[in-house]
Amino acid sequence: MTELLTNILSPSWLAYAIAAAIQCALLLVVALASAAVFIWLERKVSARIQDRLGPTRVGGRFGWLQPPADGLKLLCKEDIIPAAADRLLFRVAPYISFCSAFCVFLALPFANGWVALRLDVGVFFILAVAGIEVFGVILGGYASGSKWSLYGAMREAAQVVSYEVPLALCVVVPVLLTGSMDLVEIGNRQAGWFTNWYVLHDPFTFVTFWVYATCAVASTNRAPFDLAEAESELVAGFLTEYSGFRWVIFFMAEYASMFVVSGLAAVLFLGGWNGPIPIAGLLHLGSDPDTATGFIANLLGLGNFLIKTVAGVTCVIWLRWTLPRLRIDQVMTTCLKYCVPLASAMLAGAVLWTYLCPGGLIARARHSLTIAAEQQHAPTQERK
Amino acid sequence: MFSERVQPENVEFDVHTDEMLINMGPQHPSTHGVLRLVLRTDGEIVTEVTPHIGYLHRCVEKIGENLTPRQFLPYTDRLDYLAGMNMNLGWALTVEKLLGLKVSEKTRHLRVIVAELSRIASHLVAACCYGLDLGSFTPFMWAFRERELILNLFEDLCGTRLTYSYITVGGVTDDLPAGWLQKCATFLDQFEPVIDEFHAVLTSNAVFIRRTAGIGVLSPTMALDYGCTGPVLRGSGVDWDLRRDGEPFCTEMYEDYTYQVIAETDGKYPQDHPYPPVPPAARLGDCWHRFYVRMLEVVQSAFLVRQAMEKYAQAGGKVDEPFPLKKKLPKGEAYLETEAPKGQMGFMIISDGSPVPYRVRVRSSSFCNLSVTSELCRGVLVADVPAIVGSLDLVLGEIDR
Amino acid sequence: MNAQSIHARLSRPFRPWLVAGDFEAIDPWIEVKREGLPDIARYLRDQRDLWFDLLHCITGVDHFEPDQQKAAQMERPPHIELIYHLSSTTHRHRLALKTRVPRFLEEEPSRLPEVSSVSSVWSAAEWHEREVFDLCGVFFLNHPDMRRILCPEDWVGHPLRRDYRLPAEYHGIQSR
Repeated sequence: MTELLTNILSPSWLAYAIAAAIQCALLLVVALASAAVFIWLERKVSARIQDRLGPTRVGGRFGWLQPPADGLKLLCKEDIIPAAADRLLFRVAPYISFCSAFCVFLALPFANGWVALRLDVGVFFILAVAGIEVFGVILGGYASGSKWSLYGAMREAAQVVSYEVPLALCVVVPVLLTGSMDLVEIGNRQAGWFTNWYVLHDPFTFVTFWVYATCAVASTNRAPFDLAEAESELVAGFLTEYSGFRWVIFFMAEYASMFVVSGLAAVLFLGGWNGPIPIAGLLHLGSDPDTATGFIANLLGLGNFLIKTVAGVTCVIWLRWTLPRLRIDQVMTTCLKYCVPLASAMLAGAVLWTYLCPGGLIARARHSLTIAAEQQHAPTQERK
Repeated sequence: MFSERVQPENVEFDVHTDEMLINMGPQHPSTHGVLRLVLRTDGEIVTEVTPHIGYLHRCVEKIGENLTPRQFLPYTDRLDYLAGMNMNLGWALTVEKLLGLKVSEKTRHLRVIVAELSRIASHLVAACCYGLDLGSFTPFMWAFRERELILNLFEDLCGTRLTYSYITVGGVTDDLPAGWLQKCATFLDQFEPVIDEFHAVLTSNAVFIRRTAGIGVLSPTMALDYGCTGPVLRGSGVDWDLRRDGEPFCTEMYEDYTYQVIAETDGKYPQDHPYPPVPPAARLGDCWHRFYVRMLEVVQSAFLVRQAMEKYAQAGGKVDEPFPLKKKLPKGEAYLETEAPKGQMGFMIISDGSPVPYRVRVRSSSFCNLSVTSELCRGVLVADVPAIVGSLDLVLGEIDR
Repeated sequence: MNAQSIHARLSRPFRPWLVAGDFEAIDPWIEVKREGLPDIARYLRDQRDLWFDLLHCITGVDHFEPDQQKAAQMERPPHIELIYHLSSTTHRHRLALKTRVPRFLEEEPSRLPEVSSVSSVWSAAEWHEREVFDLCGVFFLNHPDMRRILCPEDWVGHPLRRDYRLPAEYHGIQSR
């Protein structure tokens, strides 16, 4: 798109700016639409788990229009700022959370080459920007001027910051297997049959995937790690004093980060935009997205990516409505006593694996058998 | 001591972060009603908890001095409103004790059916609101689904779903409608397998066990010292149930019934049904054991209802009618405690010979169970306070009366 | 043990404090003087053959008749009766322990009658005694936290007394 616009408009910075703006706008639509879809999905999934139906009236039998209706209602609410609150920080806090959650979308590839910002250090960028989200929460809790909010903010700070460590350790494993932090590269390396997916690459990466899942749920403050907004204990934690539109922004930030974390899991471990069966490869559609057939292949890839992401989000929702909440010290114990050592051990294991059997166990076995076979034939030939 | 106007204590104004005074309630999602808990915390550790009650005080004891016993019955429904039938039963038995009235066998078995169904309904709310306090929303919805079926049965029986006023002095207001026993049997047939789902999501759930095992350990001596009764006492290992150990007026109702009192004796719980095992992390007297006792009592109550339905069907005669409204009460006083779902519910009636009692006293089980909170919550984390308070199964209606 | 044998058991160490007893009543009771209350309570709890470990309830009953004509027909002068319901979970016996206090301290209407607290014997008494203080207006000496429990802290009057009149207004809320 940048090249197209550069050809039309003369100052290249203007073309670049417009291209960037269009891409940001598109991604904003994706972020907001995904939040709306996930809110609907959450309500339906939670309802079915609880033996009831969920929204069934707004927008037909399945309640499609419930999230927009709720959003509209929340927009019309009175703007309340508590008297004891720090007005500027109170207003700014939700936007910090949402902006950081949204910025991650810039580096997240949806299909081969379809990424707003293709970075060599995509993984690093995502981890760094996603870490800024916690500032919004802490500021929101502190600026509310309420003890309950402060409690929620402090718990949140401790939890999210601690869980970034094992999260980063888990994320390093696919980077190691690929040899690059470029997410598009990581995704492309898993092309082919589902056996190429990193989760099935070696047992260490398999365990790493589950550790990543735990840390991802913890870093997005979903149950069983949702004590920052623990309704039954702290009223609503750092969200206590937020109502109306500001609350909507916080919630969209949460759902956007759920999408991101799930999408990241899909790209890093579950093959990204590659399906279990390489249909595009079998049909010889080609992988160059600029061609028509390549475009169709990429569309299929986009479909795969979205299916995996939505499946991941559904699992996170399922988890929330099944398990009770952990206490803060139990959350920290899980992180420091279980996730960090496990992630470190898996990283070490993955390093050893790539060193000892590059290309996988089967390839290694085949390689050893080939060497053994050659050695068997060679003496026979010599004797001949 | 002068009886004069006292200035309420000022709490504090600034947000200190070293030692904070936090107010939980009276409006709070997890304090089971209008209960105010003032926590003094040092970071996340609670150093002191002071419960403040009286937000739901409706002067029931004073009202009882102006109404006949039968007129007073609807007020008893509103004490422990989650187990209205058991409250009605307590009051009815107390006045019958004063009058020396014995009900017929058919009435007795009918009262057992209704009281035990009410016990199941109450324990369902208790157990699953406890899950709700800890963040597990799903069992709450499942429990209310089952509770709705019980309330449907009660609606068929007496027309109301919460404040029944069904078991009155002298008998019950009306006999069972036709087909009610079949509906009840159908309910029990579909309910008993569902209990395992609750065990899977709560009792045996690893996260639930982590939140409740070893928390709020109440020793048997402290439990008796503070007057705790019911599942709170039995969860500490004291084998005491008024249906078996109480006054004759109370135990006669359960004569010839087979049931187990759920309390850990000699390190084991009763084994008459397949119950989930006790996890190693749980200590006797902790929140998990109190919860476990309630879940097991649900199974026992279902078993009691089945026996009572058979006995009712076989019993001859009629169901007794209520005691006449304006008849004079004999002079004297009677105090009776019955085993309500939340503990021992005591009613006292002092009569001076007129149709209206001289004094009515209500002894609430949750009142004494709540008094132990300040001891149990010393030195725990803030997140453990709803876990402990929830395990005591409080209803402010009966605490404040 | 029934009430008669308990009375016999108590009469050795506490004869001066025992006032009356009715062993044939629906709920057999023993009345003691209020001065002997904490010692008798402790004895009832600690003696192994008595072992009253569970205090169920403390009830305050105001025996007073505001109407002059009916007051003349009352058997005893106006007083407040405190009833302690006790039971033993080990021996399975129960007892109602009663004591009487005057309605006012030294006949002065603004001063509340005093009784020693039994909260050092049974901790359950803490809250029950707060309730009796709040609603019946009996002050318990040596109680760790003697303040109102059900009524607001700044409430005036003791509602369960038979001569109680509801205040006309409370913090601007009209009541009559």
